[in-house]
Amino acid sequence: MIEVRELTKSYGTTIAVDQVSFDAHAGEVLGFLGPNGAGKTTTMRILTCYLSADAGSATVAGYDVFEESVEVRKQIGYLPESAPLYADMGVIEYLNFMTQVRHLPKSQRKERTRAVIEICGLEDVIQKDIGELSKGYRQRVGLAQSLIHDPPILILDEPTSGLDPSQIIEIRNLIKNIGQEKLVLFSTHILPEVSATCSRVLIIHNGKIVANGTPEELSSQEKGEEIVHISIRGSQEAIESELNELEFVSQWSYVDTDDGIVGYQIHAAQDSDAAEALFHVVVKNGWSLTELRQESVDLEDVFLNLTDKEQV
Amino acid sequence: MTNITAIFKKEFRSYFNSPIAYIFITFFLGISAWLFFRSFFFANQAEMRGFFGLMPWIFLFFIPAVTMKLWAEEKKLGTVEILMTLPIQDYEVIIGKFLASLALLTVTVLLSLVLPLSVMYLGDPDGGTLITGYLGLLLMGAAYISIGLFTSTLTENQIIAFIFGITVCFVLLIIGEDIVLFNTPNWLYPIFSYLGLGAHYSSILRGVLDSRDIIYYLSLIGFFLYLSTLSVESRKWR
Repeated sequence: MIEVRELTKSYGTTIAVDQVSFDAHAGEVLGFLGPNGAGKTTTMRILTCYLSADAGSATVAGYDVFEESVEVRKQIGYLPESAPLYADMGVIEYLNFMTQVRHLPKSQRKERTRAVIEICGLEDVIQKDIGELSKGYRQRVGLAQSLIHDPPILILDEPTSGLDPSQIIEIRNLIKNIGQEKLVLFSTHILPEVSATCSRVLIIHNGKIVANGTPEELSSQEKGEEIVHISIRGSQEAIESELNELEFVSQWSYVDTDDGIVGYQIHAAQDSDAAEALFHVVVKNGWSLTELRQESVDLEDVFLNLTDKEQV
Repeated sequence: MTNITAIFKKEFRSYFNSPIAYIFITFFLGISAWLFFRSFFFANQAEMRGFFGLMPWIFLFFIPAVTMKLWAEEKKLGTVEILMTLPIQDYEVIIGKFLASLALLTVTVLLSLVLPLSVMYLGDPDGGTLITGYLGLLLMGAAYISIGLFTSTLTENQIIAFIFGITVCFVLLIIGEDIVLFNTPNWLYPIFSYLGLGAHYSSILRGVLDSRDIIYYLSLIGFFLYLSTLSVESRKWR
């Protein structure tokens, strides 16, 4: 439904989006992950026809975002970052305005307004002005406006920022539900959010896409080797000479000594069951083992790895 | 058309949702009543020349105050991002907003009709000049609105939009005045004297409804609405 090819956009000399290409289809929840200023918002603004790119092409539901922008905008529900809304309007008044500019037939306006109020849990605040609402409710009104015309594509920029934990969970569930039939594209800089909601992740850094895959794929990519943390009571010299002998250990580093207990971080070959092997080595040598822990590789490492690389 | 209507309704209501409309109407009526009755009782004449004569200067401050928020506020709040990603053409938003301000002005000006009606009751003013006078007032106000709307698209700061709006209106107002024309180089003279807002207004006030004056106002409005649309579109220029 969305096809992006070598999209590039710069502000002055800063390149915000650098030759970004990706595809997205209905039934997907696509997470845009990246540090602040990575180019997530700019990409979304180009897709929603708010800005235009310097080069490259993008089509949404078959329409070109530069040439057929009004058609594209009809297909999209968009919630910009921090849900900018008219503070002096009432909640109902605002949603009503949206049904008009979204060209809903008169017969459906009430019904759709009622539907989004229910979906977004706005029943308690329909009498209020938007200016009186808390951040969480404002975010929900923003979400309601993006859903009002039942769009096939939903683009949400940091939809959970500023919400409390239970609201975050609600919004995530909502996104998952919508994503079963439609295409949801949302950005975040919060990692757990991605594994909790997305069917696919795009990691963006300095305007470039540095990773594209399901959360599981990305974690397993990173699992090139096993990392084990071990603390042993014994002679440091003997332990180190033993570590040098071990075939499966590709690299080890000394961490610290505490009260005669020596700690090491050990990098071992993939699928070598290093923890178990190390245990046997310790027993064989008559040392005592005080700690043995396999460090897990998760999305966080993938993210840090990919986004740190260039700064180093 | 549905789009323009929707934008118009939203903007017009937002004037009345906030204190702007009430403040505008109250101040405008208060000041015009003062101006009107001052000349009325001192000069002892049942006519409104004093009232109409001062309006360009009063509008100069009032109208940019009404239009300054039209775009600058949307930019500041970020609501422009939702607005411009709706399936609406940029010019439809501009026209809707222009019409909303014009409607507020029309309501206010109509309310001030109480003054001439009281004059009618007390004396026998020239009905023809009254009608053309009010028409001239609205045309001039509409021109100011289009200018104020344009300056509002240039910035996200309402104060800057306000001051810049006053400046542009002021320049247009005075370039047709004799004192300015006297010092203008000959080749600029016809341009200035045509562009001057004041001259066209005063000829309407004299009761002469010349199509050239109406065309002047309409093209001025069209020009600034076009500039506003360009200014709004400029975010997408590459």
